[in-house]
Amino acid sequence: MILVFVETDATGATEVSRETVTFARTLAERSDGPLHAVIVGDRPAGVLDQLGGYGVSEIHHATGDGVAAYGGAAWAAAVQAAVSATDADVVLAPGTPRGMEVAAHLATRVDVPMAANVVGVSDGTGADGAPLRVARQVVGGSVLEEMVLPERPAVLTVAGHAVVDEPGAPATAALREFSPEIAEADLVARVVSIEAAEADLSSAALTSARVVVGAGRGAGSADGFDAAAELAELLGGALGVSRVVTSLGWRPHHEQIGQTGSRISPDVYIPCGISGAIQHWAGCASSKTIVAINTDENAPMVTKANYAVIGDMHEVVPAVNAEIKRRRG
Amino acid sequence: MTNVLVCIKRVPDAAGEVTLTADAQAVDARFVGFTISAHENCAVELAVRIASQEGSGTATGGTATVLTLGTDDAVEQLRTALGLGCSAAVLIEADPAGYGPADVAREIAAVVERGAYDLVLLGNDAADTGDFQVGIRLAHALGRPVVNGASTVEVSQEEGTADTAIARVAGPDGVETYQVPMPAVVTVLEGGVEPRYPTISGRMKAKKVKIETVAPQREPSGSGRVRLLLPPAQPSAVEVLGEGPDAAKAVVDLLEKLGVAR
Ligand SMILES: Cc1cc2nc3c(=O)[nH]c(=O)nc-3n(C[C@H](O)[C@H](O)[C@H](O)COP(=O)(O)OP(=O)(O)OC[C@H]3O[C@@H](n4cnc5c(N)ncnc54)[C@H](O)[C@@H]3O)c2cc1C
Ligand SMILES: Nc1ncnc2c1ncn2[C@@H]1O[C@H](COP(=O)(O)O)[C@@H](O)[C@H]1O
Repeated sequence: MILVFVETDATGATEVSRETVTFARTLAERSDGPLHAVIVGDRPAGVLDQLGGYGVSEIHHATGDGVAAYGGAAWAAAVQAAVSATDADVVLAPGTPRGMEVAAHLATRVDVPMAANVVGVSDGTGADGAPLRVARQVVGGSVLEEMVLPERPAVLTVAGHAVVDEPGAPATAALREFSPEIAEADLVARVVSIEAAEADLSSAALTSARVVVGAGRGAGSADGFDAAAELAELLGGALGVSRVVTSLGWRPHHEQIGQTGSRISPDVYIPCGISGAIQHWAGCASSKTIVAINTDENAPMVTKANYAVIGDMHEVVPAVNAEIKRRRG
Repeated sequence: MTNVLVCIKRVPDAAGEVTLTADAQAVDARFVGFTISAHENCAVELAVRIASQEGSGTATGGTATVLTLGTDDAVEQLRTALGLGCSAAVLIEADPAGYGPADVAREIAAVVERGAYDLVLLGNDAADTGDFQVGIRLAHALGRPVVNGASTVEVSQEEGTADTAIARVAGPDGVETYQVPMPAVVTVLEGGVEPRYPTISGRMKAKKVKIETVAPQREPSGSGRVRLLLPPAQPSAVEVLGEGPDAAKAVVDLLEKLGVAR
């Protein structure tokens, strides 16, 4: 029995959750066992059909005051109730901040190890009680670790965009609603208020664009994005950035490409001043053509790209913009 | 008074090319420097701010103690944190290689229970193992609340009410606020604060601080590591279009060929 903690938004299961369910389905098929999902809090319309289409036969939906606002401990208590009810052998969560947090709380509560950022299962299915052996990303993704999870349930998170999101045959999952009892202590740390960001938070423009111009630390400062943004506009595309850029507060998070951002698959991706760390690559690997602009000819983004210009983005990008405008007359 | 304990981990600086040891159990650190993660740098910054009352809410000051579980070499990282404004340091002397996140959390918990720490700050995840767990396991062992992935942490101390930690987290729908009674545990995600640089006088002071060394309480149960692997190197097939702004023509030719320039 395999159980997946699925994160949702208004439209249904989130992208990394769908990837995680796809990964879990392969595991379930190998063990010839059922695949269930657990959802906490709001249940978006259509999610029974959506996850049914990924091979999920039952959805455990935790409701009630205790889980209405997000809190890592409370939500993990809800997932733990579903684990007990289903006697799950393996519990998976998406490798997102909340997925990591809920899985870590769960593993702590049931006193088992947890493997974070798993990208593959090298041995075992989890079903036969034998240890599960997984491969996971460590050292910022530059190294893989083989790790054993000897105990049951095996708890793991799946690295974002490391597996393909792939629905199976259309089906509808059965719904089991429950309202878990949440202990007072588990309610102490939870979200008390949310300040919605003013700007449009959606990454839809980025993920659907035919052309994406990327900009990383090479932009130099919050004021270093004008030329890249202009190029994106000239090409009718969108601007995307690396995590360094969002961490430094230069650009908003919804523009971030990568494992902990959006996954893009445009016809052309033009990363400027982005080194091409594995977590960034996870979000742009399915671009059809990559044209890198970087001062370092040995940057991974350059060696992995189809085409490259070696140079300062603050000189190259304005020159490209000028050339496009010149040809358009 | 708020007494803060901040937990850091010495890790190889893996910014360049990474190689493994012959037994595939660790990153070969012979030719690289050592550091702590960006998250932990921010945790140290927040600890120092709270202890010194700089932009730390209504806190009335206190102490910042830095802790690591590591070998004697990790004193280097403890001294760096002392140079930034921490006033005391604890080394749990052990080789972290054999320690899983549950082991590390148990050892930190023993130190927290001996001291009187109101707030324990950690990184969101360690730069090498990336387990995403020590803070949560620690909080559980101590029976304290935990907030994860905080960009900022402030302490609110007002007459007549219990002291609370106010943490802000960048959540999926905007900036989330958590308000938890202390003692509490908070893990920090880089980005909310700009870590300071050490000053000369800070470094001088740091040299004089005596580091408290303690032995681990128990044998570790292990991390489950079988071995490390390097992802296979991909041969490069890149075509360099040119260097500098002169390459602009070639770029636009290519974009036209790909059908995206008009
Ligand atoms: C768990 C985890 C999740 C992560 N998730 C993500 C994610 O979703 N997305 C992501 O992007 N990262 C992610 N990261 C971070 C990732 O490891 C890298 O740190 C990050 O992608 C680096 O950003 P960068 O390429 O902008 O900066 P750097 O690595 O600093 O690279 C800057 C590049 O710009 C070049 N450059 C400098 N100046 C110029 C100039 N003037 N003109 C042209 N080129 C120049 C340099 O040669 C270099 O190649 C994650 C890390 C972890 C541990
Ligand atoms: N050996 C250690 N010594 C001190 N703190 C540690 C150690 N290992 C992990 N931590 C702390 O726990 C955080 C999360 O680590 P992890 O759960 O291993 O990803 C790190 O950012 C550190 O703050």
